[in-house]
Amino acid sequence: MKIYFELNGVPQYPEVEPGESLLQLLRRLGMKSVKEGCGTGDCGACTVLVDGRAVRSCIAFAARAQGKRIITLEGLGTVNDPHPLQEAFLDAGAVQCGFCTPGMILVAYELLSRHPDPTPEEVRTAIVGNLCRCTGYRKIVDAVMLAAEWKREGRWR
Amino acid sequence: MAVSVAAKARDVVGQNVHKVDGPALVCGKPLFTLDMDVPGALVGKILHSPHAHAMIEAIDTSAAEAIPGVACILHFGNVPRIPHTTAGQGWPEPSPYDTVLFDRKVRYVGDRVAAVAATSEEAADEALRKIRVEYKVLPAVLSVDEALAPGAPVIHDEPDAEGIYDAQRNIAAAVDIPVGDVDRALAESPVTAEATCEIPYLQHTPIEPHCVIAYFDEDGRLVIRTSTQVPFHVRRIVARVLALPMSRIRVVKPRIGGGFGAKQEIILEPVAGALALRTGRPVRIAYTREEEFVASRTRHPMRVTVKLGAGRDGTLRAIDMEALSNTGAYGTHSLTVLSNVGSKTLPLYNKARHLRFHGKAVYTNLPVAGAYRGYGATQGYFALEVAMDILAEKLGLDPLELRQRNHIRVGETSPIFEKIGEGREGKAQIVRSCALPECLRIGAERIGWKRNRGRRRREGPWAYGVGMACAMQGSGITGIDMGAATIVMNEDGSFRLLVGATDLGTGSDTVLAQIAAEALGVSVDKVLVYSSDTDFTPFDVGAYASSTTYVSGLAVLKAAEDVRRQILDVAAAALEEAPEDLELSQGAVRSVRSGRAVTLADVGHRATYVVDQHQIAATASCVAPESPPPFAAFFCEVAVDTETGLVRVERFVAVADCGVAIHPKQAEGQLEGAVVQGIGHALYEEMLFSGRGRCVNPSFFDYKIPSALDVPEVEAILVPSEEPTGPFGAKSIAEVGINGPLPAISNAIYDAVGIRLTRAPFTPERVLSALRSRTG
Repeated sequence: MKIYFELNGVPQYPEVEPGESLLQLLRRLGMKSVKEGCGTGDCGACTVLVDGRAVRSCIAFAARAQGKRIITLEGLGTVNDPHPLQEAFLDAGAVQCGFCTPGMILVAYELLSRHPDPTPEEVRTAIVGNLCRCTGYRKIVDAVMLAAEWKREGRWR
Repeated sequence: MAVSVAAKARDVVGQNVHKVDGPALVCGKPLFTLDMDVPGALVGKILHSPHAHAMIEAIDTSAAEAIPGVACILHFGNVPRIPHTTAGQGWPEPSPYDTVLFDRKVRYVGDRVAAVAATSEEAADEALRKIRVEYKVLPAVLSVDEALAPGAPVIHDEPDAEGIYDAQRNIAAAVDIPVGDVDRALAESPVTAEATCEIPYLQHTPIEPHCVIAYFDEDGRLVIRTSTQVPFHVRRIVARVLALPMSRIRVVKPRIGGGFGAKQEIILEPVAGALALRTGRPVRIAYTREEEFVASRTRHPMRVTVKLGAGRDGTLRAIDMEALSNTGAYGTHSLTVLSNVGSKTLPLYNKARHLRFHGKAVYTNLPVAGAYRGYGATQGYFALEVAMDILAEKLGLDPLELRQRNHIRVGETSPIFEKIGEGREGKAQIVRSCALPECLRIGAERIGWKRNRGRRRREGPWAYGVGMACAMQGSGITGIDMGAATIVMNEDGSFRLLVGATDLGTGSDTVLAQIAAEALGVSVDKVLVYSSDTDFTPFDVGAYASSTTYVSGLAVLKAAEDVRRQILDVAAAALEEAPEDLELSQGAVRSVRSGRAVTLADVGHRATYVVDQHQIAATASCVAPESPPPFAAFFCEVAVDTETGLVRVERFVAVADCGVAIHPKQAEGQLEGAVVQGIGHALYEEMLFSGRGRCVNPSFFDYKIPSALDVPEVEAILVPSEEPTGPFGAKSIAEVGINGPLPAISNAIYDAVGIRLTRAPFTPERVLSALRSRTG
C-alpha cells in the first residue's frame, strides 16, 4: 500500500507493508534517530511527533502516517545548526549514552510548544514515559528548563 | 555541584566542555550499531530453551530449512564444541570455560538451542517455530540452597569444562581469605552486630539491547560491528570460539546505548560470526527487550552475611563477611564478582585487624549472572552498611561517628588490597587520596543529619527517617588492566587521539580528549577522538572496573607528553632556541627567554613538509600501577506510608571523592545515574521466576526501572582530592555511586519506622509485612 505523509517537511510516498510499524518505516526511510528500546511502547526511545503530538512509533502502524506531518529528531536541527533544545541538552550534560535522547528531546519539544514555562515537576511528568538508565534524569530536567528559559527569551526560531 | 578547592590552574581539565560525541548524538546521527544498513544482511535469531534443565535428544531442522529465505540453522549437531567463557576479561581468563556455542544440554529457560539466519524477520521467526526439538527434561535447581544440597542435580557434568571449582557440587568458584583470627576477635569483642542481606536477580536494562552486525570486508575478513564494552576481548574470544586467526577479525565499536557491565560479555558476536561464516553473507542480530532480560546477563543474586566486632569505644576489631552468590547457569565473572564483594568493601574499615572474607558462587538453572556496575561491592556494601547501622545502635553511637572512627585515611592501607585481587592475589597499596571525611561532613550537613535522625517525624500515615552509608570502589585492576593510546599530530596543528578505550555512554572519549588537550596546550576541539576499532586503535581492555579515566587516561597522558616533547624539538629548531626554554600552551610554543613563538600549525606544517620531515606521533601504554579507590558518602531521607508500606525517597545526597574531576558535569552525571539505578534496586527491581525457572516479568511494564517521577532530584556533590598517581589527579567515578542506595535507604526506613529491610527490593508488601510482624 502506498501512503503519503510529510517527514520533517519533505513529502514522502512510501510503499508500506501490512503490519509494518511506524518505527520500522521511519528507520527504513533513513531516520535512524528513531530507536527501538523495547518494541512494546514501554520505554519511549522511539518517540516521534505526529501532527505535533508525541507518539510511540514502535506500537503505531506505519499506515497511520497517512496524511500526517511527522517530525523526527533529524527534523529539529543539524550538527552545524542545532535547535536550542539540542543545544540545551549538550549544555546541561543531559546526554550520556544518547540512546534515549531522541525521544526525550521530542517529548520536551512537545511540552514546550504547549507550555513554555513548566516547573521541574511538570517536566518530570512530561518525560515520565521515556526511560533513561544512564542519567538519573536530573540533567535532562535541567536541559528542558534551560531550553524553556531560552524559548521565553525568544531564542527559539 | 562541585566544591571548589585551590586546584592548579588548568585550561581544559575541570571544564564542562560539550561532550565530543554530543552534537551528533543530540542530532540523532546514525551512530549506533544497528544504524548502519548493510546491504543483503540476513536476520539472525536465536531459539531459546523453554526448559530450565534438559538434554536435547533430537533436533530436526528440515521443516525450518524448507522455509523460503532461510539460509542457515546452527545447533550443537553442526557446530564445533569449543569450551570458553563469555566474560570479557583480561588474560589469563579468571572465569571457567563452561560454555560452548551450542550444547546438547540446556541449563536455563533462555539458554541457546539454535540460531537461524534468514532473509527476513518473518522467515526467521517461522523457522524458529518449525525447528523440532525433543527434550529430555532433567530436574532443575532453582536456588543456591537446592544447588548445594547433597544429591542435587549436577548442572555442569560435561567432561570438557575447565576451571570450575567443584562441578560435582555445583560450585563455580570459592574464596576463603582470613586475616588474623576473626572468630576469636569476634568472640572477644564486647559488642557485636550481624546482618544478612539479600539481592535478587537484577538486570542492567541498557536502553539499547545487545545487538551486532557481522559482515565481510573487501579482503574477506570478518568485521563485527557490535554494542560492546570490550572490543579487544570480543576479538580474542570470537577467534577462539570460531577457530579463526585473530588477524582475520576486525571488531568495530560504534556509539553504545549503555552497558553497565551487561556488554562486558561476548554473547551475540560469535553467533553472528558463525552464521556469517556459514552463509558467506552479512548477518545482524538484535536482542528483543525480553531476550535482554532473560538471555543476556544479570547482577549476581547474593546473600551476604556480615558479622562485626567492636570495642565499646566503637573501634572495629573484626569483620567476617560471607557471600553466597548465584551465578546462574554459567560461571561468567563468578570468581571475580565474588572476590570483589570482599576486596572492595573490607578495606574501607581498616581499623578492624581481624578479617575474613569467604564465599561461594553457585550454579543454578536460572539466567546467567555477569558483570554489573559495582561488581559485587554493591552486594557487599548492602550487608556491611546495614550491619554498621546495627552496631552503632548497640554501641549507642551515632552511625556517622562510627564510620568516622573507622574508615581508612590517607597514608593508610589494608591487608585486603594485597590478599584479594581479581581471581588471584592483589597488590599492596596505600591510600594516597581520600576526601571521605569531607564527604561525610558535607552530606550530613545537606541532609540535616543531626536534626533529622531519630526524630521519627510523622505526617498522617507517613513516617519520615534518614539513613546513611559509605562506600569505595577501585580505579581499574592493578597490574592486569592495560590501556594504550596513540596521538598523531596533523599538519594544521590539530591531533588525532586513537584509543581502544571504550566509551559506552560514560563520556570517556571527552575525558580522554580533555587529558590530551590539557597536556598539548590546545582546546578540546583540536583533538579528534576515535574509539574503538581493533584495526585502527591500540589495545585497551575496555570499559569495566572503573578503569578508563585512570588507566586509559594515564596512557593518553603519557602519549601526549611524548608528543609534546617532539613538538618542542621541532619548535626549538624553528626558533633556534633550546627546548628547555620553550613552553607549550594555547596552541603555540613560546620561548620564555625571547618571547618568540611558533604556532602548533607552524610546527605541524614544518615537520610534515619543510625540514627534517617526520610524523609527530606517539603511542603509550599504561598498566594500572595501583587502583586508587574513589570514596562516597550517601545520605537520604525516606517517607514510609505505614498504611500501605510504600517507601518514597524524599531526598538523596551523594557526596563523592573521585580525585580531580576531569569533567565535573559528566562525573556528577555518573554519580546521579548510579544512585538512581541503586534506588531502583532498593525499591522496584526484581526478576521473578515461575516454579519451572521461567522469568515471568521480562519487560519494562513488569520489571520496573525508575522513571523521572519515581526518584527525587539526586543531589550529587563532588569533593575533589588530588590523586597523585592519577592523570591530573583523577580517580574513577563510574561505579561507586551504586553501592550506597540499598543500605542508606534500608537504614533510613529503620530510622523512620524501626524495621530492618534486608531483602531487596523494599516493596510495599515486604515493608508492610515487616511492620505488621513487628506490631503483631
